[in-house]
Amino acid sequence: MNYQFDWKLVLTGEYGQWLIDGLIVTLKISAVSIFFSLIVGTIIAVFRLSKVKPLEWFSLAYTEFFRNTPLLVQIFFWYFGSDAVLPKAVNEWLYQQDFEFAAGVIALTVYTSAFIAEEIRSGINSIPKNQLEASRACGLSFIQAMSYVILPQAFRIIIPPLISQFLNLTKNSSLVMTIGVMELTYMARQIESYTFHGFEAFTAATVIYIAISLTISLLVNLYNKYFLRNLKY
Amino acid sequence: MKVCLTLSPKTQLKGVERSMAYLEIRNVNKWFGNFHVLKNINETVEKGEVLVICGPSGSGKSTLIRCVNRLEEIDKGEILFEGKSIHDPSVDINNLRAEIGIVFQQFNLYPHLTVLKNITLAPIKVRKMPKDQAESIALELLERVGIKDQAHKYPAELSGGQQQRVAIARALAMKPKVMLFDEPTSALDPEMINEVLNVMKDLARDGMTMLCVTHEMGFAREVADRVIFMDQGEILERGTPEHFFTNPTHERTKAFLKEIL
Repeated sequence: MNYQFDWKLVLTGEYGQWLIDGLIVTLKISAVSIFFSLIVGTIIAVFRLSKVKPLEWFSLAYTEFFRNTPLLVQIFFWYFGSDAVLPKAVNEWLYQQDFEFAAGVIALTVYTSAFIAEEIRSGINSIPKNQLEASRACGLSFIQAMSYVILPQAFRIIIPPLISQFLNLTKNSSLVMTIGVMELTYMARQIESYTFHGFEAFTAATVIYIAISLTISLLVNLYNKYFLRNLKY
Repeated sequence: MKVCLTLSPKTQLKGVERSMAYLEIRNVNKWFGNFHVLKNINETVEKGEVLVICGPSGSGKSTLIRCVNRLEEIDKGEILFEGKSIHDPSVDINNLRAEIGIVFQQFNLYPHLTVLKNITLAPIKVRKMPKDQAESIALELLERVGIKDQAHKYPAELSGGQQQRVAIARALAMKPKVMLFDEPTSALDPEMINEVLNVMKDLARDGMTMLCVTHEMGFAREVADRVIFMDQGEILERGTPEHFFTNPTHERTKAFLKEIL
């Protein structure tokens, strides 16, 4: 074994640009999926607590189904199987977009939202019952009480577990390379194929993932610190 | 309409008279599992009347007033507000609750919102009031309860008495026709009780219809039009404060008053 390290080759020039392109795609797919999984997760959590039986069952089935199947299988499912489950119009629209990217977003969103729904549900349950009662007693509807009173409080409590879901999602996004999304891991693999400098390429990718994760943690913690101060009963 | 036309004027008048009772509780029964918490409750409250409900804990008094804005559902009987059953399927429960304000023992303010926003939330979202109008009403109410200067603080920064006054202002902001008070002073430090009672007295003098569950006998004596005494899910005694405090008929009431006065 006579491995010559060549950091410069991997980190600069065309290959350096590939890493940056990959990073941008990773950030994009993570941000979009985090956004949607928060929305879907919130809806699923509220369904579960709505006291409307069909919605509760749907929510339960959704979380159990998607939490208990491997993400990679789900990615392949949406990529190869979306024809069979999604309406034709939606599929046609998706094909016109970046289909790999879209399938990746759907898989990451559905998978992560199942976990996020559980976090949000426990957050909602940790808010004293009298908050819902007080808001309903003023004439707010269930949805209004949730939106303006319960969820804003619940979200502040579940920030720490939510961060770890965001980080998981960002790291899990590396799996979408299997369906050809040219994100960071895909690009590192690509550099390795072209240069045989796999060590440098994947070290660079690793460092970038850590940097993304730490930045997310920091941002959310700052938010947390700023907004949590007044939440006392 | 047709039915109305066939009625004699006298019966029609009777019909109108019947609906004159502002709030009518008829044969209300409620169970929590096997526990019969309300037993055949009948009571009428006229407009502008202040009714004080007292009794030992577990007597069903809180449950009774919580049935009036349907925070609790009843199992038998009916409750009529302005002559209309509140359980009628056509009644929008959120509208009903906007008309009947409630103040809780534990204040239940929203901790993540400022005092001002606590008060304006429901008027803006339920009554669809413009924000600046809701805010000016909120500030007026805060002035009325004597804490206008606290408008931009968070509930946790206020004393218990101040929080309860905010809770009253929050309920009043919906311009309710009836106010329910569920032991509003029971969670307060003794020196803060009066500031809350004064706000309630002020409200009573302004002609608000009030149902108050309270142990504040001084308050009952001063502002109640009628006092009812409940024990084990039944109304045992009813009458004017004078009758209630000086000449109670039921042994259980006498025993209760002896303990509490």
